[in-house]
Amino acid sequence: VYFTITLSLTRSVSVDLNNDTALIIDIPDALCERDKVKFTVHTKTTLSSFQKPDFSVPRQHEDFIWLHDTLVETEEYAGLIIPPAPPKPDFESPREKMHKLGEGEATMTKEEYTKMKQELEAEYLAVFKKTVQVHEVFLQRLSSHPILSKDRNFHIFLEYDQDLTVRRKNAKEMFGGFFKNMVKTADEVIISGIKEVDDFFEQEKTFLLDYYSKIKDSTIKAEKMTRSHKNVADDYIHISATLSNPPFNTGPVWCRFPQKVEGRVASDQELKLTELLRYYMRDIQAAKDLLYRRARALADYENSNKALDKARLKSRDIPQAEEQQQLCLQKFDKLSESGKRELTSFKGRRVVAFRKNLIEMAELEIKHAKVMLTMIYRCLFDNAYAIMKLALNVVTSRPFP
Amino acid sequence: MSSPILETETKPAAAAVVKPLVEAAVETVAEPVAELVEEPLDEFDDLVDLSTDVPSVQATAAAAAESPLVEVEAETPSEEACEDFVDLSGSDSDSSQEETLLEVPADSAAASSDPQDVSTALPPGDVATGSAAHEQPGALLEVDIGQASANGEKQPLSEDLFFDPLANLADAGPPPTAAVKQPAPPPQQQQPPQPPLDLFEDDPNDLFGESRHAKSAKQQPPQPSSLFGEVDEDIFGEPLGAPAAKKAGNMASREQRETTVGTKTSGLGGGGAGAGAGFGDVGGPLNNNYEKEPADIFSEEAVTIAPTAAKAAAAASSSRTNGVHGAAEEGDIFAEATVELSLDSPRADRKKNTTAAKPSTSATTLSSAADLSKTHSASLEEVNSHVCIYIHVHISASTSIHTTLAMFRTKTFTVRRRFSDFLGLYEKLTEKHAPNGFIVPPPPEKSIMGMTKVKVGKEDSSSGEFVERRRAALERYLQRVVCHPSLLQDPDVREFLEKEELPRAVGTQALSGAGFLKMLNKATDAVSKMTIKMNESDVWFEEKLQEVEAADQQFRKLHGMVESLVVHRKELSLNTACFSKSVAMLGSSEDNTALSRALSQLAEVEDKMEQLHQEQASCDSFSFAELIADYIRLLGSVRGSFDHRMKAWQRWQDAQTMLQKKRESEAKLLWANKPDKLQQAKDDIAEWEAKVTQYEGDFDRVSSTVRKEVVRFEKEKVKNFKRQIIKYLEAQLKAQQQVSLCSDGV
Repeated sequence: VYFTITLSLTRSVSVDLNNDTALIIDIPDALCERDKVKFTVHTKTTLSSFQKPDFSVPRQHEDFIWLHDTLVETEEYAGLIIPPAPPKPDFESPREKMHKLGEGEATMTKEEYTKMKQELEAEYLAVFKKTVQVHEVFLQRLSSHPILSKDRNFHIFLEYDQDLTVRRKNAKEMFGGFFKNMVKTADEVIISGIKEVDDFFEQEKTFLLDYYSKIKDSTIKAEKMTRSHKNVADDYIHISATLSNPPFNTGPVWCRFPQKVEGRVASDQELKLTELLRYYMRDIQAAKDLLYRRARALADYENSNKALDKARLKSRDIPQAEEQQQLCLQKFDKLSESGKRELTSFKGRRVVAFRKNLIEMAELEIKHAKVMLTMIYRCLFDNAYAIMKLALNVVTSRPFP
Repeated sequence: MSSPILETETKPAAAAVVKPLVEAAVETVAEPVAELVEEPLDEFDDLVDLSTDVPSVQATAAAAAESPLVEVEAETPSEEACEDFVDLSGSDSDSSQEETLLEVPADSAAASSDPQDVSTALPPGDVATGSAAHEQPGALLEVDIGQASANGEKQPLSEDLFFDPLANLADAGPPPTAAVKQPAPPPQQQQPPQPPLDLFEDDPNDLFGESRHAKSAKQQPPQPSSLFGEVDEDIFGEPLGAPAAKKAGNMASREQRETTVGTKTSGLGGGGAGAGAGFGDVGGPLNNNYEKEPADIFSEEAVTIAPTAAKAAAAASSSRTNGVHGAAEEGDIFAEATVELSLDSPRADRKKNTTAAKPSTSATTLSSAADLSKTHSASLEEVNSHVCIYIHVHISASTSIHTTLAMFRTKTFTVRRRFSDFLGLYEKLTEKHAPNGFIVPPPPEKSIMGMTKVKVGKEDSSSGEFVERRRAALERYLQRVVCHPSLLQDPDVREFLEKEELPRAVGTQALSGAGFLKMLNKATDAVSKMTIKMNESDVWFEEKLQEVEAADQQFRKLHGMVESLVVHRKELSLNTACFSKSVAMLGSSEDNTALSRALSQLAEVEDKMEQLHQEQASCDSFSFAELIADYIRLLGSVRGSFDHRMKAWQRWQDAQTMLQKKRESEAKLLWANKPDKLQQAKDDIAEWEAKVTQYEGDFDRVSSTVRKEVVRFEKEKVKNFKRQIIKYLEAQLKAQQQVSLCSDGV
């Protein structure tokens, strides 16, 4: 199934970005074919490092992952919070549902089926949109970052008009990545024993760890909540379809509205709340990674200190050890400095984003509740009106002897 | 004559506006004797005559009606709406006048309470006013609430006051009352006048009879006596009551209401026999009031009842029994049964019984709406380690209403019943009535699971919910039974409602020998059903049967869906609760104070949302799923009545074939020339001919009852469904309002 969707540029998650007009990136278009999604990345720039001021290139999800990985692996950026990589597009669940719907077609009335189909299509579209937006946000974060926006790989990503044909990770590398993760986790445990020299980082670390677990929990719960909300909305579809059938011709109206509203509430919650939580979960993970790198540097520094002590003791290789120690110290200091800056800005960004999204969500909820209210009012009075009309009929058509 | 007046009685705010009407009435009553009364009386008489006999009075009455009606309205210039209405009625055609007339008193009162009511009730369908209803959504709800709160207050009842108005009336005009009693036809005279206590009860009888008499004598020149009677019951009854109570030192509004109810019902009696539509209209609001519905039901009920009532009116002129029937139907509106139960220890229960008895006696004839609204005490007793659910059947039927209800010895009584008693009642009723084609409402099913849970006896919420659910189901069941005109007459029903101790119902246990026999019977029935091939002569039945089957299927489907909705909503509420906790935790670990506060607020909101979801879930299951389950069962018994019809048909056919055989054998004998056997053959033929005619009659009767019952069932269904759905919608409305309130907080 091929279909092109031109996206409206409403963002699911508003990440507070400085509006630097020097480099503006967006994804105006995307093409979905099977499990591949091709994004069109459009760039507008005033920077002289680019050959043209306005250009667009086709990119795939894997290219984004490649960009992220290269950024993470670049030594210079160890002191920065690398924006989290966009999650892999997941079209499985709507597709599966579509499949199920096709199987259950016989048991449903036509109206019900079309409604369900519409609903699923809407869901599919929503997932698609979300995916595109997440990718867009990733690029925008990069472009708005003073250091990362000057990255060469990033520029290549934006400018190179051929297919990047990023080599997919093979099995060995996948395993290697997994192994690296394991090592990292183990390492984290080991170096967590090292005494922190800076209070700021100490606090930040405990906070982030705590916050991460909480936000993860919340995300899972929110996902569950939205899912059950969707279920309720689906139930309303069925009920309204049944109610509009012969024996109950009476009231299909009143059931359709709740379904729509509940569905909208669910999708809005999904968009505003769950996505927010999810995004920040990943962001905090990135921040945690930064802390880890810093802690690693600290550990290295202390190790080099020890090595220097040893060398002094043995009076051998002292200059090398000193050099090494100096290097580690430098690196650590640099990391600390940029880390501090990054974390502070991150905090501010987070608070602003949360506030904005929460307010938006509350507004939407109020709007939905109001819509629901008016609908129910209308249903009630439609009912009254219908009764009145019925009364009219009875009165006029009653036979008189 | 109408509930809007009654409504105004309950609403102090509205009372002021009704005043003109009351004052007008006071004038007429306050004047000692005839001359002053006569004038309006005449008019009223015309009016009443018209309202009762529109079909036959026709042109002359219609012409006469216009002026008195206008005058009546002029006397009660309560609001503009009234005048509009008058215009309407004045310009209207003959046919709609009947409706409008009936609406008049309602109108003046309703205009005071809420103009919407009027507009919805307007049969001519004044679109302008109709749309006005849409513009003012608030008023409707307000009415509802006002009613509820008014119903809430109870005051002790003193009987003499209760009868005062009528007694006054009798004092004021001795000749009229005498006249009233004289023409009363035999069927209503069953009960001779009795001690003052029964006075009130008697009067309506006579009045009722009187109205019928008036009907028969409608072409005669109006007699002052009958006029008075008519007036009293239909229009004046109410105002009479009101000022009388006022005079008595502004006695409790309670009594006022009593009297209004009483007189109103007497009016009803007349309406029931005379103007069917009138009955319908009046019955609507009354019922409506009882059920505490928003006022717009008023029109709806009127619509649903009107056809039957019209039929009754048509038949009433010819048959008396039909009149009684109509009366019974009317009575059912008042017989509201409440079934109560709760969980209590035996001692507490006894205590409660005594306390509960007091208010109920004081409340007596108060419309059972009040009773319904107040959940009474009831008991779940543990006796000898055997847990039984006792259910208090609390009937408050005002005996003043009608003779058919005089069969109840007291006005209010409370009995205790076991669940199996309900089942037993059902068994008895099906045995007696189902073969005749009546639809006997089925009781809720026995739930061994739920019962065991209760028996195991943990005071957890689920068992409480189970008990409440069952209580509601039984209540609905009983209400259906007493709402059924023929079933209400059944001695078993009366016994069930009245008798202190019932013999333990046998054969209701699911696992007993009787249960097994029943299952066997059902199986054979199913087999015979399949074997009988009935060539349907009546298209109506065929269509209906198909309809019922289709409806059954749809209901089942819907039920499944609603159940899943309930499950999902419960899930949602659970998940919301989890989320709210999680957000609260997040808020606590947030270091930005503003954000932390926002998050904890969000947590609170989600917490409230969770409660709302839970409420909605229980609302879904109670008012929606339960209703559907009820109807699935009801449809089952509708089908049962179809089966019985089929059986009757089968019997008839069998008899016919038998007759055919006998005839053939007779012919043979004739041909063989055997005179000795010929005689016997002739006897046989005569016997079978009689049987055939009997069975045919049976079949016809069953057919007609089934038809009637199905029509009735459908009407009830529509009514009930509408009511429930509106209730449900209102619940949703409230929920959504709260949601928006909650969200505001964030």
